[in-house]
Amino acid sequence: MPKDGGIGDATKRREDVRFLSGTGNYTDDINVAGQAYVHFLRSDVAHGKITGLDTAAAEGMPGVLRIFTGKDFEGVGGIPCGWQVTDKHGEPMQEPAHPVLAQGKVRHVGDPIAAVVAETREQARDAAEAIEVDIEDLPAVMDMKAALEDGAPKVHDDLSSNLCFDWGFVEDNKAATDAAFESAAHVTTLELVNQRLVANPMEPRVAVGAYNRAGDDYTLYTTSQNPHVIRLLMGAFVLGIPEHKLTVIAPDVGGGFGSKIYHYAEEAFVTFAAKAMNRPVKWTSSRSEAFISDAQGRDHVTKIELALDAENNFTALRTETYANMGAYLSTFAPCVPTYLHGTLMAGNYKTPNIYVNVKAVFTNTVPVDAYRGAGRPEATYQIERVIDKAARELKVDPIALRRQNFITEFPYATPVAVEYDTGDYVATMDKLEEIADVKGFAARRAESEKNGKLRGFGVNCYIEACGIAPSALVGALGARAGLYDAATVRVNATGSISVMVGAHSHGQGHETAFPQVVAEMLGIDPGMIDIVHGDTSKIPFGMGTYGSRSLAVCGSAMVRATEKIINKAKKIAAHLMEASEADIEFKDGQFSVAGTDKSVAWGDVTLAAYVPHNYPLEEIEPGLEETAFYDPANFTYPSGAYACEVEVDPETGKVTVERFAAADDFGNIINPMIVDGQVHGGIGQGIGQALLEQCVYDESGQLLTGSYMDYAMPRADDVPFYAVDHSCQTPCTHNPLGVKGCGEAGAIGSPPSVVNAVIDALQSGGHTVTHIDMPVSPSRVWQAMQG
Amino acid sequence: MYAFDFERPKTLADAVKAMTDEDAVALSGGQTLIPSLKQRLAMPSKLVSLTGIDEIKGICVDDDGRVCIGAATIHADVAAQEYYPALAALASNVGDPAVRNRGTIGGSLANNDPSACYPAAALGSGAVIRTDKREIAADDYFTGMFETALEEGEIITEIKFPVPETAAYMKFEQPASRFALVGVFVAKYADGVRVAVTGASNEGVFRWSEAEAALGSDFSAGALDGLKLDGSNMISDVHGSGDYRAHIAKVMTKRAVEKAG
Repeated sequence: MPKDGGIGDATKRREDVRFLSGTGNYTDDINVAGQAYVHFLRSDVAHGKITGLDTAAAEGMPGVLRIFTGKDFEGVGGIPCGWQVTDKHGEPMQEPAHPVLAQGKVRHVGDPIAAVVAETREQARDAAEAIEVDIEDLPAVMDMKAALEDGAPKVHDDLSSNLCFDWGFVEDNKAATDAAFESAAHVTTLELVNQRLVANPMEPRVAVGAYNRAGDDYTLYTTSQNPHVIRLLMGAFVLGIPEHKLTVIAPDVGGGFGSKIYHYAEEAFVTFAAKAMNRPVKWTSSRSEAFISDAQGRDHVTKIELALDAENNFTALRTETYANMGAYLSTFAPCVPTYLHGTLMAGNYKTPNIYVNVKAVFTNTVPVDAYRGAGRPEATYQIERVIDKAARELKVDPIALRRQNFITEFPYATPVAVEYDTGDYVATMDKLEEIADVKGFAARRAESEKNGKLRGFGVNCYIEACGIAPSALVGALGARAGLYDAATVRVNATGSISVMVGAHSHGQGHETAFPQVVAEMLGIDPGMIDIVHGDTSKIPFGMGTYGSRSLAVCGSAMVRATEKIINKAKKIAAHLMEASEADIEFKDGQFSVAGTDKSVAWGDVTLAAYVPHNYPLEEIEPGLEETAFYDPANFTYPSGAYACEVEVDPETGKVTVERFAAADDFGNIINPMIVDGQVHGGIGQGIGQALLEQCVYDESGQLLTGSYMDYAMPRADDVPFYAVDHSCQTPCTHNPLGVKGCGEAGAIGSPPSVVNAVIDALQSGGHTVTHIDMPVSPSRVWQAMQG
Repeated sequence: MYAFDFERPKTLADAVKAMTDEDAVALSGGQTLIPSLKQRLAMPSKLVSLTGIDEIKGICVDDDGRVCIGAATIHADVAAQEYYPALAALASNVGDPAVRNRGTIGGSLANNDPSACYPAAALGSGAVIRTDKREIAADDYFTGMFETALEEGEIITEIKFPVPETAAYMKFEQPASRFALVGVFVAKYADGVRVAVTGASNEGVFRWSEAEAALGSDFSAGALDGLKLDGSNMISDVHGSGDYRAHIAKVMTKRAVEKAG
């Protein structure tokens, strides 16, 4: 049994008290004395040349302080991209400028043209409507394949085409992969779409910029998953503010799901304007604005082929994907379809030959970037759908086909450049078959059929590379920053502890789980430990939270720093007890001398560190505070097996998810309740993608799903109660906690099993359909049933 | 939202007077109008709130046995009445609890959203829409998408529903808004059957006369077997084609007949 409040304990989340009682402190709760408000005038056309921009009338409107246009940002840097992908010929990707405010051209609906700063939000909005803008419409570039045709209109005139890069991975695998297809006994081909999604965190983005003339320094309050990344990108690349003059604070953040990783133009604007006007400037996004200004997710169009030999062993996998970048390159955009996608194409299987081709394309749409899972859901969906299709073509059991091809020996070096350290895919599949009650399915199907419904069972496996990431590896892959993390453990005189971490908690429960680790290591009450995060003036330089990295990377830094604390505390204890340091044992918050009854408590040692009356000052410094940076040796590789059971109403095509089971291997678990919650939320998003969500533009680039009237978010009654199990644990071999990360698994692992289940249901009803693109909406299912 | 004047009269007469201002707009529960104002899609000079007028609230049965519902009655109260169960069931599934406790039947009918539920009930029941000026038969009231027979400044005061022998409403929800992708209200009266379809047509709620005739002689789902609606003038959007809506309208009609029994 886990110790109360220590590692393995299902401690309730302490942060939920403030979140659930309305006492959280979100960015929009922050008001700086004297602040003004900005409203952005955004393009209502997808592609056009700005031929006139007259702000004179608007400037005379009540309350207007200043109106900024692209002219004010000439000479200011653009929004940078954090990754540089090299194409299959060794050439760098095409990287367009991304101005803070439009410079002569607009490239998507929502592209900011001008910014009105006024005394009130409504005055700013009134004045924005009085700005006269003339835009000469240009044809919108919407379809990715059409965008790459000769003579297609260009999103960026100064680039040679709309192709960002044409990437081959691993290029050296191509010949062998093609050869394996030549000699295959069976080839299964599937063309599919991983549709564009809108992240939709509950809290829209907000930014408040402030400038202090006395110190010539700036503070940006912003809804971010990684305040240091924003400080780095905005300070160094956009505004030229040195780090020591810029503080970035991300207080409580109401969900991110990836969309709050990136540095956005609005953040740079409020910081720039705060100095230009010598007044704090605040921006609060409306939900409508979020739909046209938050980076969106997914949007891949793929052809995947799987080659099998006569014994149904996978011999090769080949894909061609078109990945939509949108109109500009968001911070992580180029790495999502490449290094977070191509490296995962082995999945859980020992396919010897794999070749992935990705063409990244500019279109007149909102930029696309990482959204929960980022590249890995796209990889998983392709692999697990094509395997299911192959099983049906070959008339073999989909689970048996998977089991036959599982990787079973670790470490395993894939043909796509990564090495899985641990895993046990047989164990998770065994567990899945148990918790999903595979044996009972036939009876449940019969019951459904009695009620006029078609019932289907779908399964999939997943692997993800997370705990992002080893700096050396991502550097070689094109990252322009390192991806370590950092923690400072500050022990106070009375023994209470503040842990300053580079990770940012915006729903993950760090404030509860991280103290559990330190409490376990020190044998003290976790209530004595608080986590400090989100403020670059308080925390060490860390890279924030995404890619299921917080515990694996930042948690490891915290462990290292706590180890340093213990080492120093032992020295102090040895002095207090006049013993040799080598004889000091530390257990349950007590330091004792081995073989004696001498001991001192944690609090005695911490007090001595800060009140060094009797202290070996010549040997050790007073105080008890340690920092560690941690850069992992490898990604972590959580894996699992998921199963979904659906009912299809054959008259309407409506799909309902009746049962869902998830067997995950996350390595060691710190707080099983939080892990359950992360998996539940992820599956909810995955079911949302599979059945409901889609971001749709019309041919002219207008967003057709720009509100919740048309963008279908999953609700509580769209999902069943889940059977979730994470008892299969193969600890990560290279981080001190043996943890792998669980934040994205649910979203990565769930869409294929839902679609597989729908196809199973329809085929059980005699329909010949082999694929339906997500979202598997009632009308699409009905259409598919019409043949 | 843009600035506007605001009045909350206590009597219908004062409301009628307040509505004579140019660009005055009546505000009932505000479940459509307030979001439109927030998005600056409407710019009324004045909002005249109808929620303070007691004489247009409440539910009773008149001498002809009709259920009479004051226009400013909220959905939750319509859902709670027992005189017309099929109407109560419809109201209980409009929006969410917040919407049902603000939105009103009169507001919904005045707005005539092509995907709203109440228009199907009013048309399917052959209801009478009473205003400050006159009475309008439902058959004459719904004139198109977001269009009604109401004149400038005219205020709905009451809706009178003849109670059928049996009736049912079946809604197939649009996945995002959970408005009716298609909703069908079927009501069987002594003198015939009425079938009203909402959510489907480009022209708003309509009566499916072939289904009414078929059900008039045989009130069973099977009576609809040979019938087919034309999808060519139905709404086609990201949630479904016109043909899909035509198909769903038939499925929902059958299910409504089965539910009505």
